Amino acid sequence: MKIIDKVINWARLKSPWVIHFNAGACNGCDIEVVAALTPTYDIERFGSILRGTPRHADVLLCSGPVTRQLKDRLVRIYEQMPEPKFVIAIGACACSGGAIDGCYSVVSGVDQAVPVSMYIPGCPASPDAIIDGVVKLLKSYEDSLKQADEKNENGK
Amino acid sequence: MSKKVVIPIGPQHPALKEPASFDVTLKGERVADILVKVGYNHRGIEKACEERTFLQSVYLVERVCGICSHSHSTCFIQAIEELANLKIPPRAAYIRSLIGELERIHSHLLWLGVAAHEIGFDTLLMYSWRDREIVMDLLALLTGNRVNYAVNVIGGVRKDVSEEEKDQILKAVDILEERTKYYVQVATEEVTLIERLSKVGYISHEDALKYGAVGPTGRASGIKRDIRKDDPYAAYGEVDFEVITDDHCDVYGRAVVRVKELMQSYSIIRQLLKKLPQGPLSVVAPRLIPAGEAVSRYEAPRGEDIHFVKSNGTDKPERVKLRAPTLANVQSVAKMLEDGYLADVPIVIAAIDPCFSCTDRMIVAVNNVSTAKEDRMDWKTLREFSIDWYKKNRGVDFTKLKKLDK
Repeated sequence: MKIIDKVINWARLKSPWVIHFNAGACNGCDIEVVAALTPTYDIERFGSILRGTPRHADVLLCSGPVTRQLKDRLVRIYEQMPEPKFVIAIGACACSGGAIDGCYSVVSGVDQAVPVSMYIPGCPASPDAIIDGVVKLLKSYEDSLKQADEKNENGK
Repeated sequence: MSKKVVIPIGPQHPALKEPASFDVTLKGERVADILVKVGYNHRGIEKACEERTFLQSVYLVERVCGICSHSHSTCFIQAIEELANLKIPPRAAYIRSLIGELERIHSHLLWLGVAAHEIGFDTLLMYSWRDREIVMDLLALLTGNRVNYAVNVIGGVRKDVSEEEKDQILKAVDILEERTKYYVQVATEEVTLIERLSKVGYISHEDALKYGAVGPTGRASGIKRDIRKDDPYAAYGEVDFEVITDDHCDVYGRAVVRVKELMQSYSIIRQLLKKLPQGPLSVVAPRLIPAGEAVSRYEAPRGEDIHFVKSNGTDKPERVKLRAPTLANVQSVAKMLEDGYLADVPIVIAAIDPCFSCTDRMIVAVNNVSTAKEDRMDWKTLREFSIDWYKKNRGVDFTKLKKLDK
């Protein structure tokens, strides 16, 4: 691995900037996402900050069962994010539709619209679960980078 | 002199946590017109209730809003209990009020933080959200979940409050009261806050009445209306509290009303715990709810919440209709923003404490401007449409009324 790649990967792992998008959620999960940023939980310990625009973000925290109105908009937000990008589905609604599953104006789950890297269940998902999810996502990304690196080394 | 510019904001935007879209027409730096497009969050819960039994619907209605979940669930369940002619035990009424007040505290502290964030006062956001965690811990202790407490069952409540829990609540309320005194001090003495919020989002008493503002938005314009006092439900008839009003009529007034309401909530909680009667937690509820219609009102943290339930004698509701407080308040936003600055738009919208997941109720084709006009009806067309509809489907002729009206 080139030294510049190592620096980039280090920076990516230490600063997962997040964007939050409410795709028809009831506010429960959204408020818990904000609660995760405030002093008691403080997700900034892991280098995360909440950004207002998808172009600055690495991780999309998406809550809600995805209403038909918002499906196209969610895809557009996802497409605006730079690579590598990850989507975390927060809450039971975002994972599978939850209690709202089967309603006429929802498409039931974030994975119906965009690819999802991680599911965090709960109604609502608690701030500790959200932080745990982000940290686990980073761990798995780190592992996948290491594996790719080893493969390259062996290939040589 | 200056050209008019339209700025589209949303549906994804950093100002609020929910998707809503605003078309702000600007004349220079001042707002000439604002068009609020809601409906992105519409999920169809009213219809979904018709597919579920009454008890299942209670938990579904709780998920209308993740902030005032207890309000919606209690309001809905009161309507069912009225239909089934159930009288809940006094202890259950007290516990419902207790959870309702804790919810009001968490919602007002949340609002304080969001409003502070909108004016760039992030220290206050961090302070108030830190204090909010005390209430969240209490709610988790009392009900088992931080949000969506599911404490109501038809005919009473699910869970009791033990003596140890009582002590913990009282301790937490003491800490919160101390903190709230600090917020009152900040709100009344901090010059930057007063200068930033005064005369912003002004709506006069007459206009607030005309647009039907409810809750803290209305009370900040001097409308002394509070369902807890006017039409007491649960245990509110047995506690003593004041209806807070203010005559500032601006965002500052709304902040003062909410902070002062926090102090009232602490007093209510102390009285409820002191008077908490002994007895059973719930009465047995029938599976089939007798046919009939009921309307129930509840003072949610944002204002008056109205639920209408129609039963046809089966175990499923025939029709459920919700009117969340934001729907009543959102009309007044356009008036508040009239001739205001663009920089004031986020705080004025945040000041009514909007909750679009409660409010969003229909799909309007916002994408296609040419058909959007055809989808909407003005008052006259809507009236004529309804007269025709009744004539055709129900055989009632309202044409005489129409003539009288003219």
